[in-house]
Amino acid sequence: MKILVCISKAPDTTAKIAFTDGDTKFDENGVQFIVNPYDEWYALVRGLELKEANGGSVTVINVGRADSDPVIRKALAIGADDAVRIDADTTDALYVAKQIANYAKENAYDMVLCGKETIDYNGSQVAGMIAELMNAPYVSLASKLDMNGNTATIERDIEGGVEVVETATPFVLSSAKGMAEARIPNMRGIMAARTKPLNVVAASEANNATTIKGFSLPPAKSGCKYVDADNVEELVNLLHNEAKAI
Amino acid sequence: MSVLVYADSNNGTLTKNAFEAASYGAQIAQANGTNAVAVVVGSASGLEDLGNYGIAKVLHLSDASLDNFDPQKITGIIAAAAQQEGASTIIFSHDFSGKSVAPRLSAKLDAGMVTGAVALPNGNVIKKAVFSGKAFAEVEVNTDTKIIAVLPNSVDKVTTGGSASVEAFSCDIPSSGLTVKEIKKESTELSLTEADIVVSAGRGLKGPENWGMIEDLAKELGAATACSRPVADIGWRPHHEHVGQTGFAIRPNLYFAIGISGAIQHLAGVNGSKVIVVINTDAEAPFFKAADYGIVGDAFEVVPKLVEAVKKLKA
Repeated sequence: MKILVCISKAPDTTAKIAFTDGDTKFDENGVQFIVNPYDEWYALVRGLELKEANGGSVTVINVGRADSDPVIRKALAIGADDAVRIDADTTDALYVAKQIANYAKENAYDMVLCGKETIDYNGSQVAGMIAELMNAPYVSLASKLDMNGNTATIERDIEGGVEVVETATPFVLSSAKGMAEARIPNMRGIMAARTKPLNVVAASEANNATTIKGFSLPPAKSGCKYVDADNVEELVNLLHNEAKAI
Repeated sequence: MSVLVYADSNNGTLTKNAFEAASYGAQIAQANGTNAVAVVVGSASGLEDLGNYGIAKVLHLSDASLDNFDPQKITGIIAAAAQQEGASTIIFSHDFSGKSVAPRLSAKLDAGMVTGAVALPNGNVIKKAVFSGKAFAEVEVNTDTKIIAVLPNSVDKVTTGGSASVEAFSCDIPSSGLTVKEIKKESTELSLTEADIVVSAGRGLKGPENWGMIEDLAKELGAATACSRPVADIGWRPHHEHVGQTGFAIRPNLYFAIGISGAIQHLAGVNGSKVIVVINTDAEAPFFKAADYGIVGDAFEVVPKLVEAVKKLKA
């Protein structure tokens, strides 16, 4: 089973969100970067579990510059066999998807596993785009993936429930909670990661379909209006007459 | 150059998000002096209602073989409809269905795409939510065809009082490698991601046996129930109720957080709520900073009183 797992570099969940250069760039000052949680906890770990059960290999792929290497090494420490970094700046989802799809098509993977979105751009785009570019089935927001030979049984989140779908390899999916439990790399994994292959390849030619022009922060909340615990009816009044929410 | 809207249906009825996407698309069409056309796939009724949100025409492909949601087929159908209508802007809701179809269509048409839009476009620039609701980005689409997926409950619907004409639509339906085996609905209760009001509780409730009052409050308000991550992880409540960064992100009009401290990961999943009410014994709980209304007090005393007060209001 040949598995490709897409990983993004993302700012830590608790990072302070601020912008520089006239609000056109994310302020990376003092920010710790991590493997995008949905990519790491769910897509990568489920890929490793399938490899452990069925044999095969897990390759992680990232589109980015050398500053992605530490998070790629983290994925190798968790257990991926090797890594590929396509050397390019990432500004547009379709651009990134084309890079990954080109690589995946050349290397005939059984499945391409992604996270459901990155926690910085919140796009939920790249996985579906890769699928279309590969002309392969795509299952979004998958919470369970089981393989039986070349047949995958996948559960995906839908409005108010889950849908169970079946597809043959190759396929693409995006992973949500439930796929797997996060793993913490052990010392042996961290040592082994240093010598595992991390191949840097040149990007293929593609245009950016979108450009980020600038960022802004939401207006600050006007502050919490406190109601006394003995005066609950006042809260209901405020919600009804002031907030008009009930 | 008309505007095309994908209007999703569920069990034969258009979804709330479908009407939001319709209104968003119709407003863009109006600003550009053109028409908005909706596409509906599979058996569904009440399609002329889309006219009330500014849709002029509905293209309906009602083949029963399409009742099972299939992103690969729907992508092909929307692409054919876009070509027929000469549509250069295609609108989705950024919901479960939109996330499955819109990216495929973007790649198929080589069209730039913005998801999570929170405002109408300004020319080719669209404002979207980023950093899990902690910031916004202005994103310019560089391609002639653009795809926009609207963040649910974030753009106002505008009613126009019109009625849409419904036309049967046909095209070659692409093949697909997906088979739907089963659909498991968690319950007949109100769906969490579509609810206007959500009552959510956390570890402060001390045990699963204490959720009765939360359910009572939800029932009185016509609300869905939700919970924090620790509560889902220890099995007090089912996982499909977990809201937050790893669970579901929700954007209701009103969110009650009862006995939830307000960790940054939880806030990331609920900070799009229009009004937030926090009830917590700890006056220092970080959630109060994100709240509109707060009560510092014991949930076991406050919530039953709240149930009575809501009953009185509704009476």
